[in-house]
Amino acid sequence: MCATCGCSGVTVELEQRVLAHNDDLAHRNREWFAEREVLAVNLMSSPGAGKTTLLERTIRDLDGGVTVSVVEGDQETAFDAERIRATGCRAVQINTGAGCHLDAAMLARAVHELDPPTRSVVFVENVGNLVCPALFDLGESYRVVIMSATEGEDKPLKYPHMFGTADVVVLNKVDLLPHLDFAVDTFVRSLRQVNQRAEILPLSATTGAGIDAWCGQLRDWM
Amino acid sequence: MHELAVTQAIIDAITEKTGEARICSVRLEIGVLSGVLVDAVRFCFDLVAEGTPVEGAVLVVDEPPGRVRCRDCDEVFGADHLILLCPACGSAHAEVLSGRELLIKSVEVSPACAPPAGAPG
Ligand SMILES: Nc1nc2c(ncn2[C@@H]2O[C@H](COP(=O)(O)OP(=O)(O)OP(=O)(O)O)[C@@H](O)[C@H]2O)c(=O)[nH]1
Ligand SMILES: [Mg+2]
Ligand SMILES: [Zn+2]
Repeated sequence: MCATCGCSGVTVELEQRVLAHNDDLAHRNREWFAEREVLAVNLMSSPGAGKTTLLERTIRDLDGGVTVSVVEGDQETAFDAERIRATGCRAVQINTGAGCHLDAAMLARAVHELDPPTRSVVFVENVGNLVCPALFDLGESYRVVIMSATEGEDKPLKYPHMFGTADVVVLNKVDLLPHLDFAVDTFVRSLRQVNQRAEILPLSATTGAGIDAWCGQLRDWM
Repeated sequence: MHELAVTQAIIDAITEKTGEARICSVRLEIGVLSGVLVDAVRFCFDLVAEGTPVEGAVLVVDEPPGRVRCRDCDEVFGADHLILLCPACGSAHAEVLSGRELLIKSVEVSPACAPPAGAPG
């Protein structure tokens, strides 16, 4: 019976996944990337962990004639896309406004505009947020979570959804370790409680320490 | 807050299936390990439903508990968050059996039911 007015309602069984629509679009993105042999990497982190800095560095250091293009997600401004374009690389900015994550429909529009060449790499810089992007499949090939050494070793335990889905976890800003009380082994232990398989790559996007291993990982994925 | 987007996806998925038909109740399943806060969905629901055939519908949410199996010793245990440590052997190699559900189970449709006061149509 209907609780609003007491009329006899008819129950319609739906048994539908809430995010089915996003997952369908993500599946289409994944096929689109596969057809073009494009490696799509979704970068996620809290605000300021160093996503854009790592991208700037990667574009410079990932040699071997690989074309890189970037989809930038931010609530507002085109600052990050401009930083990427300054390196000579193509970038499309998505502004999500009130939205706190990218979804598969937004990425589909952006990559059609970006039109990446065959056998290239597309990086997606997600909105700086460790909660919301975890839930939305974009159709990416791999998920990378970046955490900076200034954030505290227990971050993976506080955001298990995000860290649990990562294929690679980058520990950025390791140049600051001598000035911090950050115990790398405690961080690794926290991460292993929520994710046993992710590769851990400590690096500094500003000094370039550890960048070789990161570029090696990207080449393995290509 | 991704619950706003999640709630929007719920309303869109329902109206796509049932069109203009008046919905008087919605039954969801949101597992405790799904990463979606039930209270936040409740908060967003009336807001997002406003002006749609779902406006005024009663929201019923089932919350399946987390059940996890240890891959090392086969122990099955309950969990209310995603930090899955086996109470028997301490291993973190665990497989979630249930609790990640994020489903629209069913809706109650009533063509005869009057829309709530103030709703368009
Ligand atoms: N010391 C140090 N600083 C870094 C490193 N990487 C990034 N930073 C600094 O951290 C700040 C934020 O870096 P961004 O690259 O803009 O971070 P982001 O994750 O793109 O930030 P949002 O897009 O706003 O979420 C800047 O001041 C960077 O210079 C690093 O490896 N070491
Ligand atoms: Mg940035
Ligand atoms: Zn065990």
